[in-house]
Order: sequence, then structure tokens, then C-alpha cells
Amino acid sequence: MAMEVTQILLNAQAVDSTVRKQAEENLKQFQEQNLPSFLLSLAGELSNDDKPVESRKLAGLILKNALDAKEQHRKLELVQRWLSLDTSVKVQIKACLLKTISSHAPDARSTASQVIAKVAGIELPHKQWPELIGTLLSNIHQLPAHTRQATLETLGYICEEVSPDLVDQDQVNKILTAVVQGMNSSESNNDVKFAATRALFNALGFAQANFSNDMERDYIMRVVCEATLSPELKIRQAAFECLVAISSTYYEKLAPYIQDIFNITAKAVKEDEEPVALQAIEFWSSVCDEEIDILEEYGGEFSGESDIPCFYFVKQALPVLVPMLLETLLKQEEDQDQDEGAWNIAMAGGTCLGLVARTVGDDVVPLVMPFIEENLTKPDWRQREAATYAFGSILEGPSPDKLIPLVNIALNFMLTALMQDPNNHVKDTTAWTLGRMFEFLHGSALETPIITQTNIQQIITVLIQSMKDVPNVAEKACGALYFLAQGYEDAGSSSSPLTPFFQEIVQALLTVTHREDAGESRLRTAAYETLNEVVRCSTDETAPMVLQLVPLIMMELHQTLEAQKLSSDEREKQNELQGLLCGCLQVIIQKLGSSEPTKYVFMQYADQMMALFLRVFASRSATAHEEAMLAIGALAYAAGADFAKYMPEFYRYLEMGLQNFEDYQVCAITVGVVGDICRALEDKILPYCDGIMTQLLKDLSSNQLHRSVKPPIFSCFGDIALAIGENFEKYLMYAMPMLQSAAELSAHVSGADDDMLEYTNSLRNGILEAYSGILQGFKGSSKTQLLMPYAPHVLQFLDSLYMEKDMDDAVSKTAIGVLGDLADTLGSNAGPLIQQSVSSRDFLNECLSTDDHMIRESAEWAKLAISRAISF
Amino acid sequence: MAPHDLRRPFKRPAISDQQRRRELSLQRQAQNRRDAQQHARCLASTLLYLQSPHPESTSEPEVEVEVEVELETETEPEASASEIDIRQASKLKGSQARKWFARQLMLPEWMIDVPDQLAQDWYVFARPAGKRCFVVSTNGTTVSRLRNGSRLHHFPSALPNGARNRDASGSAQSYSILDCIFHESDQTYYVVDMVCWRGYSLYECTAEFRHAHYQTGNTPLALVWKDENCSQYVIDTDSKGQIPSQQQVVLELQDNGSLTTSDDPPVVFGCLDGGFMQKSGLCSGNLLRFAISNGGLSFADGKLEKADLHYLGKSNRARAFADSYSKVMFQYMARHSPIRYDDLIGSISSSIDQENKPSDVQMDD
Repeated sequence: MAMEVTQILLNAQAVDSTVRKQAEENLKQFQEQNLPSFLLSLAGELSNDDKPVESRKLAGLILKNALDAKEQHRKLELVQRWLSLDTSVKVQIKACLLKTISSHAPDARSTASQVIAKVAGIELPHKQWPELIGTLLSNIHQLPAHTRQATLETLGYICEEVSPDLVDQDQVNKILTAVVQGMNSSESNNDVKFAATRALFNALGFAQANFSNDMERDYIMRVVCEATLSPELKIRQAAFECLVAISSTYYEKLAPYIQDIFNITAKAVKEDEEPVALQAIEFWSSVCDEEIDILEEYGGEFSGESDIPCFYFVKQALPVLVPMLLETLLKQEEDQDQDEGAWNIAMAGGTCLGLVARTVGDDVVPLVMPFIEENLTKPDWRQREAATYAFGSILEGPSPDKLIPLVNIALNFMLTALMQDPNNHVKDTTAWTLGRMFEFLHGSALETPIITQTNIQQIITVLIQSMKDVPNVAEKACGALYFLAQGYEDAGSSSSPLTPFFQEIVQALLTVTHREDAGESRLRTAAYETLNEVVRCSTDETAPMVLQLVPLIMMELHQTLEAQKLSSDEREKQNELQGLLCGCLQVIIQKLGSSEPTKYVFMQYADQMMALFLRVFASRSATAHEEAMLAIGALAYAAGADFAKYMPEFYRYLEMGLQNFEDYQVCAITVGVVGDICRALEDKILPYCDGIMTQLLKDLSSNQLHRSVKPPIFSCFGDIALAIGENFEKYLMYAMPMLQSAAELSAHVSGADDDMLEYTNSLRNGILEAYSGILQGFKGSSKTQLLMPYAPHVLQFLDSLYMEKDMDDAVSKTAIGVLGDLADTLGSNAGPLIQQSVSSRDFLNECLSTDDHMIRESAEWAKLAISRAISF
Repeated sequence: MAPHDLRRPFKRPAISDQQRRRELSLQRQAQNRRDAQQHARCLASTLLYLQSPHPESTSEPEVEVEVEVELETETEPEASASEIDIRQASKLKGSQARKWFARQLMLPEWMIDVPDQLAQDWYVFARPAGKRCFVVSTNGTTVSRLRNGSRLHHFPSALPNGARNRDASGSAQSYSILDCIFHESDQTYYVVDMVCWRGYSLYECTAEFRHAHYQTGNTPLALVWKDENCSQYVIDTDSKGQIPSQQQVVLELQDNGSLTTSDDPPVVFGCLDGGFMQKSGLCSGNLLRFAISNGGLSFADGKLEKADLHYLGKSNRARAFADSYSKVMFQYMARHSPIRYDDLIGSISSSIDQENKPSDVQMDD
């Protein structure tokens, strides 16, 4: 058998596809027939130094894939499968893996390291394999270098795989000691040092306690800083990665080291090779991220309540940091604007400068302006581009008072440069800078407009002209126009300064979408996005022109659907275009549907439009599906009860959308559209409710579906109940237990992180919206007593939410509303129950006296409903 | 242990337009859900009050009431005093609707002396203080109109055809009209009378059946009385809620310059000279506001002889009528010599003592 496995594994990598397929088939059969024996053979193969490296490596990989998968449900299956294996089998496999760490074949060692980490990831949470870390670390100093390297690598992978709370502090200390010693000057082997540095990167999350201890922290920081000076590039790079990770994980501990780190990073940015310099810049970008977050939480003024104080590292470093970053701007690559994947020191430095501006605001301006003035008109394009980029990057952060005078001077210069500069790179950055001006300094919130009656004509002419330039420049010009339009979004319903140019702008954008080269630099996408924004910000005056767009866009969509015999590449492009066109129609539907007169005229296209959307569903593209579904939701909202006529044909696609676990965005959007249709059709949706409810209940029970879709599904229950009223009766026996158990789960989330709390709150909101809809749906019917049995639980849920004290405002508002709904629908029957609840007293009073007017409004309504229920 | 990807978005806005479309859709859906919820909550309140239109049952401890006494009649009131049949009225829109409804509300007179036979011939109702209005449900929506015909609220209700697609039993043509008082502080409509239900006009029914009257315009068949025990606002307040130092009245200017009440026939309170009218740009039909100055009102033989009026200006545009004579008088008396509760009780006990007349007074309008 063993011999056979080697050959099969080698065959599975054969160039000859018949041989390869045969081998893959054999492996599959082997696995299906006898899993324990299959896994044992693989482990044996991996650990056997007499076997070829190729078969050992593949054996390890297959083993690894037998333990983990990307998809959540598959992953859970594999975990269960491993846990249920016979213990003796697992012991043998683990012994083989540990043995492989000492192998002389680096590939086998490295593969084994990863597999060990996967097994640890499964077993440690179940308190199995407790001796693993001890075994790895025992006698580590006496081990030969290659084994030390593999051990450290294994520890790194384990730290990456396992959650910090599963490893006790004693073991963490041992791991960190081994790792830091591996990075130390006493370690002479660079492979070991490198493995140790990478391991530290992953172990940082385990080192909370150690970073709180001054001595231990000093030691770790010293070792990391020394490693940034290693003669070996990959070690320097890995050491800077550690610094970046430390800056975000332990920002509040950085103060004693920041001066040294600044010196180290400045030297690296100036002198070191690019991969290292990029990490050095990233350190400062990461510090900016932290300080922006902290300052945002302050809300402009310092409050002692924030968890982490701002140390203003960026502000202190400013006088040296800014010149360092400006220097990097001159190191552009020739074609970075055309290359989607490009990332170089100039781009990193420019990005960091933008973050610095957001962090420190006005203070950055005087440090950057001399550079701009000096370089903006230089003959060398690099200098002009760097100066322009510098200007663009400081437009977000500093105050409008500081920036507007500068922008008023620069605007004309930029418009001229966009037309006349001979260099594409400069023009690209110039158009981007114009876009930034409009994004941050143009809009009704600003007192002194930078775009006026006098210059608007010129600006638009230049941008439209620039939209005929090479794709990357044209794309930036579209982007600038996007923000120009956005600035007028609340121009009011009657008149917008864009009105005189509307036709011209729309025409120019449509022309761009038809350019032969519109596929490059995402130009076509940018043109449609800008068209969307222009439509969103349009006013009544231009509604007839928006209306004229409808048949035009529909025709384009029709053409994409007619295209025959496409290659897969062409089909993909076609699907992308369909997505863009559906997106555009969605925006138009929402715009024209929002006022009665335009809606009336526009609805004449509804039948044709719906037919086109249904045809889009025939394509297999998730993006196109999503966009078509969103457009249909908007159409349903505009059409109201008339949407009923599309239901017979549309229904199966609705069901398909609800079944799409894989592209969960499609599923989520379809759930939202069900809500739209409920509100449009009201009780006319009844014939479709059995199917929809069945699917929604399946979705909720599925562990394959992304969790983010579940809260909207609960809300959707409410939408359905509200639409069909007491007809919801037959779903109560399914929906209520699900709501009940979800409510119980979501009531308590002690110790969860922010993400989990946010998700829990969205889940609570969904559950409460469901209750609200069901209660209101039954109101006034003769069947309200059917809901009585659920009332105690609903009240209990409200009470426990109140007592947990971790609801967000949205949940508070919905929750207090549910209290009112309960009183309103169940009336005096529920009066005593309601009066007993904490919610009806403390929670209600708290909501009545809150500053949030949405919550107060709901609370006042609840108070009224309760007082009626009690008095009857 | 792959190092994290360093690349950050470069020259790109923070979110894509696709993400924006998604978010805007979600916002719209959330807003629509809130609206639907709100809609449902309004629906319920109306329903509750249709089932239980007793003001006593409200939780508000101090409901303002006025006492309305109404003459008991057994005759059938005239079918209609208007040109448009009530069945068509619910379909009227805009200014037409405003005009029609302005003429439809029965406006009870104010009690300026205690009627004989109060105990025998009159019903007594408590009436919540508030805005008198019609509530009309039709075409999937419900509109309330003030006595001047203007729209007060616009909301979905559980009345027949009062909300979109909710009413399974009624036909699309079905509609109802209720005579209501809107009580501001608990945001509740109290139903005073049912004019029309599911398209069936109750015009033709006897007062006993409807528990009410149907008489358009000012009528002496119902009298309103209040004192400070049952109402916070015995004396009228101005638009700011203050009691003006002098009583204010609204009168209609006629062709000949005379200033009249809204009664039929009108009562003349005074006269403007042509010069003043021209100078102030006033013309006949204008509703004008006056203060009753120190000279007050003088009477001869129980009739108004003279009023000391001081011109204040044109009345609020929303006003559809001049004040009625009884209203002016009730307010005048409220300031000088009100009819007290004891007077009413006194009248009742004396008429019981007498017990001399049959209680079959017939009223012909």
C-alpha cells in the first residue's frame, strides 16, 4: 500500500493529464473507502525521509486539506470528522508529523509545520494535545539548526491558527522566550532568525501580558529593533512587519520607543531596498490609522473616557516625517497609473502623506506648500507630478478655511495642466486632485464655494475634454465630475447650477461608455458611476432628460442580451456591462419614481424593463444578478400594487435568489427585495408566501449561509406579516420558535468583541422588527389571541435586552416600539403582563427621557398604547 | 504566515458606487419598513377608537369637555341641504372638497340662554374640546378636514377603504364619513357622529338612530355650553394661546359696508364707511377681525343695538366663516355674566317641578 501511495502521489503531479486524472481518482477512492488508513498513509509518506520530496509534499498538502477548508460549513464538517477519528490513528499521525520537523528536507518540514498547526487548531479548543507546545519546546537549544528553524516556524503557524485564550500564560511565556531567543544576536543561523521573526509576528497577539511588563516589553522591542538592522533583507522586512503589527496592537505602549523607531524607519525609507522601505512607511500609515480612529472617537475634544489616549506621535514627528514622505513622491514608476497591481514607494509615501494630513489637519499645510510651489512648474514630470500629488493628498484633513484660499489659486492652474501638460502621469494626478477638491471642498455645507457662476463653465468644459484623453486620465476626469455633481446633491428640487450643462455632461459620459478602450483602467465603470451620480443629483428641471435616458439604457441592455456565441472572456465583460446597466436603471428608477409626475411617465417603460431584468437572470454572473435584483426592488417600490402582474414570471428568480447561499450578497439583496414586494403588493403577495417562507426558514437553518443575511431575514418575516396580516397565522408555528431561540441567543453576548456586538445588535434588530411586523399585522383581527402565548417571551426578551445595557440606539428604538405594538395589538389582555415587565417602567422611562428623538418618538407612542391597553 | 498585503487603495474613493447603490437601497428599504410600521401603528389607533368612542375611557385624566345639549327630534331632517349628494362628496378633491366640506359641518349654536324644557326635550352629550372635523375614508386613504374645509391630517385608517389594500370586505368604492373631534393632546379622533358608513348615507336616519343631528350650517337644534370646570379655555384665546384683553370677533363685510355674523339671516354688528373700505383695500366678502372696545355691546328689546368695534385687520386666511351671533354672545357673556352650571341645574329642577308640558315639541326646519 505504502509503495502504491508514493506512485499515486507522483502521478497526481504528472504532466500527462490522463495519468493525473487517474491518480486523483485513485486518491479519492482511497479516501472514501478507508479514511483512517488513507490519512495514516499520507502521514507516513510525509515523514519518510526515503521518499521523494514531491510525493511527501503533496501527501502533506492533502493531509492539510483534510483538516481545513475555506467555506465555513465544510470546515466544520472536517473538524467533526477529525475529532471522531480513532484516537490511536490520530496519535500515529501526530507522531509522524512531529518526526517530520527534524527532517533534512525543508519542504517536508515546512509542510509538516502547517499540518501540525491545523491539527492544533482543531484539538486545542477541545483540550486535546495539551503536550504539543511542551514537546516542541523541550530541548530546543540542543536541536540542530534546521530543526530549531522548523520548530519556530511551527510555533508561528500555531499562533496564527489558534486563539490566544486557548494557550495559558505559562506556555505563552515559553513560546515568546523561544521566539525572542531565536531572533537574538546569540543565534547565528539566519534561517532560524527569520523563522523566529515571522513567528513573533504571529505570536504578538498572545503577548498582551508580556507587553504590559516593562522589562519584557523592552526586551522584545529591543530584539525587534535590532532585527530591522540585520544584514539579511528578509529578516529586516519581517522585523518591520513586526513593528507595523505592534503599532496597531500595542499603540499605547509605543511612547518610549517612538524616537528610536522613527530613526530606524527614516533610515529604511531613505536607504533600504523597496520591500523594507515599504514596511517602514507602512509603520507610519498604521500609526496614522490608530490616531485617526482615536481622535474620531474623541469627537474633536479630549475626553478621559476613551480607552486609549492619543499620544500625537504623528504630530510630534511631523517636521521630519513630512519631508521624508515628500522625498518618496519623486520615486514614481513610469507606468504605475496603468498597472492595477502597482505598489511602490512613491505610492506608499503619497498614501501615508494623505493619512498624515487627516491625522494632524492644518499643521501639515505649511510643511507641504513650499514643496508644491517649488516643484509644480519644473520641467521634470516627476517633480510636477509629485507636487500635484502632494497637493491632492492634503485636501482631506485640514480645515476648509486653510484650504479654500489655496484651492482658489490652484484650481485654474490645475485646469490648464489637465489640458496642456504633456505627461499622462501628471494629467492623471491633476484630474485626481481636482476630484479631491470637489470631494472635500465643494458642497452646500461650505460657506465659500470654490465653484462659481464664473468658473463652472470652464471646469465642465475641461473635464469633458479630458474624458477624451487616455483611459486612465479619462477615468480620473469622470471621478472629478462625480464629486462635482455630488456637491449639488442638495441643491433642492427646483434648480441646480448643473442644469445648463446636464445634456452635455450626459452625452459626454455616454460617449465614454462607448469608447473602444473603455475596458481599460475601469473607465467604463467610472463613466456609468458618474452618470449615476449625475442622475441622483438631478432636479425636476432635468427630469425630462433623465427620462430620455431610460429607452437608451434599456436598448444597451437589450443589446448585451442579444449577443451570441461569446468567448468566456467576452461573456464576463458582457456580464459586467449588464451589471453596470442594471445599476444605472436602478438609480433612474429610484430618481424618477420619487415624484408622482415623473413616475407616471416613466412607468410606461416598466413592462419592457422588467422583461430585460428577467433575461439578465439567465446569465450566471453574481454581480449582474445582484444589480438586476436591486433594480427590481426599486421598480417594485415605484410600481406599488401594479407590480403584481410581474410576480408569476418573477417568482422563480426570487426563489433562486433566496437559494443562493454561495453569493450571499445576492441572497441578502433578494431578501430585501421580498420586503419591497411585500410593501408594494400587500396582501396580493399571499399566493407566493408559502414558497417564500419555506425558503427563508431554510436559509435561517442553514449553516452554509453567511451570517450577515440572517438579521434581514428576520426583518423580512415582519414585512411579510405586515403585508398579509392575520394570514400569517399558518407560519407562526415555524417562525415563532426560530425567533424565540434566536432571541435567547442574542440576548446575552458577554465578552464579545466589537464586531460580534455589532452583529448581535443587527440580529436583535431583525428579531424585533419581525415581532413588530407580526404584532401589527394581526392587529384588529379576530385572531390576536393566537399571539398571547408568545407575549411573555417577547417581554422577557425586551427585559433582558434592557438589563444587558449593550443595545445600540437602533435596537432601543425598535425594542421600545415592540413594547407599544404588544400593547396596541393585544390590548387589555396583555395589560397585566406588560405592567409587570421592567421594560414598561424603567426601559420606557429611560427612552422617554433620551436625547435621541427617534427613540423618544417610539417611546411616546408605546406609552400611549400601553396607557390605552391598561385602561380598557 | 504570509505577511499581510501592504497595498492600500490608491487614488480611489473610499467606497465604490456599487457599494453605494447597495447601501442606498438598504436605506430606502429600512425607511420604507419604518413607514409601513408607522402606517400600521396609526391604523390601530383609529380602530381602537371606533370600537370604543367614549372619551371617559381615555387614559388622559383631564380631558377637556364641553357640554352639548341637543334637541330631541323625531322628524326626519331634510335629506340634503347641498347640491352634491353625500355619496359623491367623498370623491371630491382639492379646493372643491374644501368648499363642500366647509358647508357640511353642523355648527351648534352657543347657549346664550337656558332653553325651556331642558330636562325633557334635550339630550346631553359631553364633547371633547378639540378641533371639529370630518374624517373621510376613501380610495385607500383617510383625510380629516377642519370646519373650514382645509385638510388637517392625511393618514391610513381601518375605516372602510381607509388604507391601501387593507380592506378585504369593502369594495373599492366603499367610503365612510365621520363627524369627529380631534383631541390634540392624545392625538385621538373622538367620533361624534357617523354621517356615512361603507357608502350608506345615514342622513336619512332619525336622530335617535344616529344619536345625532344632521343639519348643515349654524343650527339652534344643538347648543354648546362650557365653564371653567370642564374647559381650560372658556374665554377664547388668540393664535398665541393668550387671552386678549378685549374680546375679538370675526365679521363678514357686506356690499353695503355692513358687518355681519355667519347666521342665516345674518346679524348686523356695525358698518364701515366707503372711504375706509377703499383706503384699506377691503371688499365685500372679506372676513375682518375686530375688538369689542370699552363701549361693549348694547341691547334693546333683547336685540343687539350697538357694538363698539375697533378694526384690527383681516382674519386668518384659513377662516371660512364669520363668527356666529351665539358665539359672540357666549364669549361676551363669559367675560361679563356667564350662564353658570347652577343656572342649568336650576332650570332643570324648576321644569321638573312644573311638569306641565308634553315633551313632544315638533321642530320643523
